Amino acid sequence: MHLFKKRPAVGLAATAMVAALALVACSGGASTNATTAAPSKITQAAIDAAMKTKTNLTFWTWVPDIKNEVALFQAKYPAIHVDVVNVGQGAAHYQKLRTAIKAGTGGPDVVQVEFQYLPSFTQGGDLLNMAPYGAAGISGDYASWIWSQVSSGSAVYGIPQDVGPMGNLYRKDLMSAAGIKLPTTWDEFSQAARTYRAANPHKYLTNMPGNDAGQFMGLVWQAGARPFGYDGKKTVTINLNTPEVAKVIDFWNPLVRDNIIGVDPDFTDPWYQGLASGLYASWQGAAWGPVFLQGTAAKTSGLWSVAPLPQWDTQKPASGNWGGSTDAVLKSTKNPIAASQLALWINTQHEPALMFATKQFLFPASNTILKDPAFVDEKSAFYGGQQVNKGFAAISATVTPNFVWLPFMDYAYSSFNETLGKAFADRTNLATGLKAWQAALTTYATQQGFTVK
Amino acid sequence: MSQTAVARRRPRAVEMQTRRRGGLKRRQAIASYCLVAPFFLVFLTMLVLPLFYSGYLSLFREQLVGGTVFAGVGNYVRALQDHVFLGGVLRMAQFLVIQVPIMLSLALVFALALDSGRLRMQRIIRLAIFVPYAVPGVIAALMWGYLYGPNFGPFAQGARAIGLPTPPFLGNEWMLGSIMNIVTWSFVGYNMIILYAALRSIPTELYDAARVDGAGEFRVAWSIKIPAIRPALLLTTIFSVIGTFQLFNEPNLLRILAPNVIGVGYTPNLYAYNLAFINQDINYAAAIAFLLGIVIMIVSYAVQFGVLRRERRS
Repeated sequence: MHLFKKRPAVGLAATAMVAALALVACSGGASTNATTAAPSKITQAAIDAAMKTKTNLTFWTWVPDIKNEVALFQAKYPAIHVDVVNVGQGAAHYQKLRTAIKAGTGGPDVVQVEFQYLPSFTQGGDLLNMAPYGAAGISGDYASWIWSQVSSGSAVYGIPQDVGPMGNLYRKDLMSAAGIKLPTTWDEFSQAARTYRAANPHKYLTNMPGNDAGQFMGLVWQAGARPFGYDGKKTVTINLNTPEVAKVIDFWNPLVRDNIIGVDPDFTDPWYQGLASGLYASWQGAAWGPVFLQGTAAKTSGLWSVAPLPQWDTQKPASGNWGGSTDAVLKSTKNPIAASQLALWINTQHEPALMFATKQFLFPASNTILKDPAFVDEKSAFYGGQQVNKGFAAISATVTPNFVWLPFMDYAYSSFNETLGKAFADRTNLATGLKAWQAALTTYATQQGFTVK
Repeated sequence: MSQTAVARRRPRAVEMQTRRRGGLKRRQAIASYCLVAPFFLVFLTMLVLPLFYSGYLSLFREQLVGGTVFAGVGNYVRALQDHVFLGGVLRMAQFLVIQVPIMLSLALVFALALDSGRLRMQRIIRLAIFVPYAVPGVIAALMWGYLYGPNFGPFAQGARAIGLPTPPFLGNEWMLGSIMNIVTWSFVGYNMIILYAALRSIPTELYDAARVDGAGEFRVAWSIKIPAIRPALLLTTIFSVIGTFQLFNEPNLLRILAPNVIGVGYTPNLYAYNLAFINQDINYAAAIAFLLGIVIMIVSYAVQFGVLRRERRS
């Protein structure tokens, strides 16, 4: 008491410290991983009853204009009100989601999760298994390479919404002006790149960014590599030192070193300007490419064409996947039935699923939509009238199955930028960068308590 | 009246006065506590409590597999051996040694020029130098990101037009310099205003005395003005030191344009942020943040003692 009177500042600090520690002790901090036994199939009667009960759902997604599909859902189920919120795109969205999950409150009911991030949420047990709510029955409508990414055994954690099979988007006019035929193999592509650079000393045939591990992984996927493994529990496999990955690295190494291709970071303003002004004559991108090109590269509309990626083996055409999202339900939701029905309905019912594909240019994951004439026969003005959906549907069938992601792709992608990506950007030896990436991933996995095989 | 009566009346009057003054003092004290209370409430809840919670978090370690364990000073030991953190601190020390003297010298020169009264359009010049501070940091970084652009920025286009190679503003070697440029541009006006206000408060008789002794404008500035505003100079130096080590905004925004040049740990503050939100390592991030706070305290005290010792000597 004497202390408080004489030195009020000290007294104040002491009180504050005690209060803080008391508060903090009460709040704890460990997440509760309630392991309940998987519920048996929910009856149709229970589902119908829940869909007639007045409910408020929150849906975090950044897909533009998804309000239209949600409006169709609300028209069918007027008792369910859905709040669609865009909390950011990509990394910003996941940061907020992880913070909400850690805090235990403030999270949505339904949330958009890209394929590569699903394991990072299932690892912590954050997602609801939607198999008992009707998701088990839709597996037949998806290619095995898609379904294996959203399911684990009989459990289903995400309803596939769109995918990104990779193809070669190229400027026919620029390439023919340089006298180049469309390359069908990677060897031809390498020669074409050098010819193009010789003809246009200030332009590039393509750009391989140092900040997009997703694109690089898609190419590695096409080459047949399976560098990552995860058993769903504690063991991960990290093996980037395989011949397939080396094949891809050895292909790009000389092109990067000799300044034959660009290495500018992608999805930045200068990169959009580069595509719009013809700095890059092609983009080994995904089926959702036009969504981005149409914005700032709009003045090049009509000049682009689509072809399959250059092949390693023309006898066995293959492709990889880049991106694509699912809609998942958080385990912490108070309305599991309504939330899972929302995720299922907008992605599997014909009208909204077709709308995603034809109005918002998302490339559908569902086989039904892939075969629908309204989608397949669509002529795209951006691609000079080419029936690109038919082209990408054929490519989608060549995506090889069984690609697995690590349960910490946020870190994996970020450490790519520091290691292999940096080697791309600085035009140094890619093999050294690859080794550094492998080391960083292994160190992180061990630090986080995983067993690394 | 007898003298005793007068004597008796005076103490009572004095006593009544002291009682009135005592009551007034107590009411004034209560009023002042009430007026400051809102600030302290916010200060406690928004600064002190999170600080203690952060300190508490930094004593633990959480793994994706295995949950949370008590780690004691483990995170701090790890941070002191972390070459990314140490590299970031060294980079900020480099930044401090180069950028702060340049910026404060410029601010001082501008303030002295304005105070000399020789400039026309004083208000406009003052405003023009101060305006960059009013530009939100995000806008400033976006604007400079465009200006520095290697393909479409005006400097790049100008260099290409006259046949020179493109200046690599966003390249590995020049990035720190480019950020120094942005920070100087943003804050020179702010520091100039502080120094200018200090200059305005110097009594003008000193100048008259100096003029009588035959001093010119530069001599007046060197021998009278600068020594007189030493407290303000110290203030701006301390602010700049603290701001330098906390650098976050510019590297974070330029990271989008040059993700391979600005790594996760380019500055310690950026490192703490990325550790928390990309690595999901909140405990280690808290330890880094605390260590950064300690580094800032040490450097600030060093600067203050350095100046005080010089003052005492002079």
